[in-house]
Amino acid sequence: MSEGIMQADQPPELAGNTSDLFSKFDDTIKLRENLLASGVEDPFSLVMEKVLSPTRAICNGRDTILLGTYNYMGMTFDPDVIDAGQRALADFGSGTTGSRVLNGTYQGHRECEDALREFYGMEHAMVFSTGYQANLGIISTIAGKGDYVVLDIDSHASIWDGCAMGNAEIVPFKHNDIVAMEKRLKRIPEGAGKLVVLEGVYSMLGDVAPLAEMVKVAKDNGAMVLVDEAHSMGFIGENGRGVVEDAGVMDDVDFIIGTFSKSVGTVGGFCVSNHPKFEIMRLVCRPYVFTASLPPSVVATAAASIRKLMTAKDKREHLWKNSRRLHSGLTEMGFKLGTDEPQSAIVAVIMPDLEKGAAMWSALLTEGLYVNLARPPATPANMTLLRCSLCALHSDEEVETILGMFERAGKMVGII
Amino acid sequence: MDRAEVDTRIRSIIEPFNKKGVAITEDTTFAGDLEFDSLTVMDFVAEIEDEFDVIISMNQQAEIEKYGQLVDAVHDLVSS
Repeated sequence: MSEGIMQADQPPELAGNTSDLFSKFDDTIKLRENLLASGVEDPFSLVMEKVLSPTRAICNGRDTILLGTYNYMGMTFDPDVIDAGQRALADFGSGTTGSRVLNGTYQGHRECEDALREFYGMEHAMVFSTGYQANLGIISTIAGKGDYVVLDIDSHASIWDGCAMGNAEIVPFKHNDIVAMEKRLKRIPEGAGKLVVLEGVYSMLGDVAPLAEMVKVAKDNGAMVLVDEAHSMGFIGENGRGVVEDAGVMDDVDFIIGTFSKSVGTVGGFCVSNHPKFEIMRLVCRPYVFTASLPPSVVATAAASIRKLMTAKDKREHLWKNSRRLHSGLTEMGFKLGTDEPQSAIVAVIMPDLEKGAAMWSALLTEGLYVNLARPPATPANMTLLRCSLCALHSDEEVETILGMFERAGKMVGII
Repeated sequence: MDRAEVDTRIRSIIEPFNKKGVAITEDTTFAGDLEFDSLTVMDFVAEIEDEFDVIISMNQQAEIEKYGQLVDAVHDLVSS
């Protein structure tokens, strides 16, 4: 979604009649030039020079409150997590230089998978190098030629790319529409394999899927169910297992996909499952096999963080409090939000258009607040969004400060 | 259901999506002539799927560029 373009685009100077393969990007280049010409700071080339804590950094020279990271549980500077990483770095070195199936599985990878199995109470856990690769690998591998993947139209890019990489028939349905999903499942030819792909929290608007109903409909129609819990792990559900836990459907879901790059606070991806044949995935899933495994320090920090997230009840409560306060404060000021009530740690503020959105983003940054600017095609219905993602370590005072910044910036740009 | 009936029913579904009132022939293209973006395609396909009680997977959609191809594809689906 975010492009880190660091230098101005140059006009192509091609000799002879060479066709420029880059001409297909001309519209995007133009859009970006127009945006920058309006005088806003470039939303896609922000640099954090110094990170002070999970909620503060020096961004483009300014002391800034971070409200656009996925550091929901604030684990990135946890002393136990840092300590685990430092020990693994010293004891096992900086990297594995190999695939999980060859020389790239260390003790730490096993311990990280053990932590995941315990966290979810599942039989099997498989750690990938990124969350993107987990979706890419599992979806493209289990749904083959003649099978059907039925998925929500607002699914994350990694899910779509997993579909594109595989050979199954791809059938999308309208976002969170149980009836539309059911109709499509019923039309699938008898005997064909069916995989329903859902997300717990949809990251653009921060809304939650009606998983209790959807998982039941999927199961009643003979489908296997995969749920991506990237944005709910650690936070939603009694034990932080996500929306599947909150909806009471843990036992009916066949695969949960997740990431270490959000609540866990590092990088990596995983799939957990109770499927009796699940371990064969390690040999047949190409995005697992044909890439280097995570560095020892990363799996050590992930395992330490996952174990702490199991019991992080106070943090979960404070994060809910933050989300509710930001949501109600912004609503009272007159901002239009992605959901009528807070459903997750993401509060999406809907902007009238890209120009106003970029101006608002820039005004907030000047105030000392970083949020995510999200724009088409990553957003549903071509919306421009300022996505705020809260952290359990934002203090009550910080949330009030954030609201003050939104009020001043919103009035200056003329949105409220 | 014969091809003519499929054609008639698709024509009535396409009407509200045909914002510029383009005259629709067998060779009318969805992306070029009708200027359908990906969101419009999704809504349009969903209506056709519900009308004929069929699935037009994204794999099949990728092969359909012209109006006539869509009528053929739906006719095949309802006949099979």
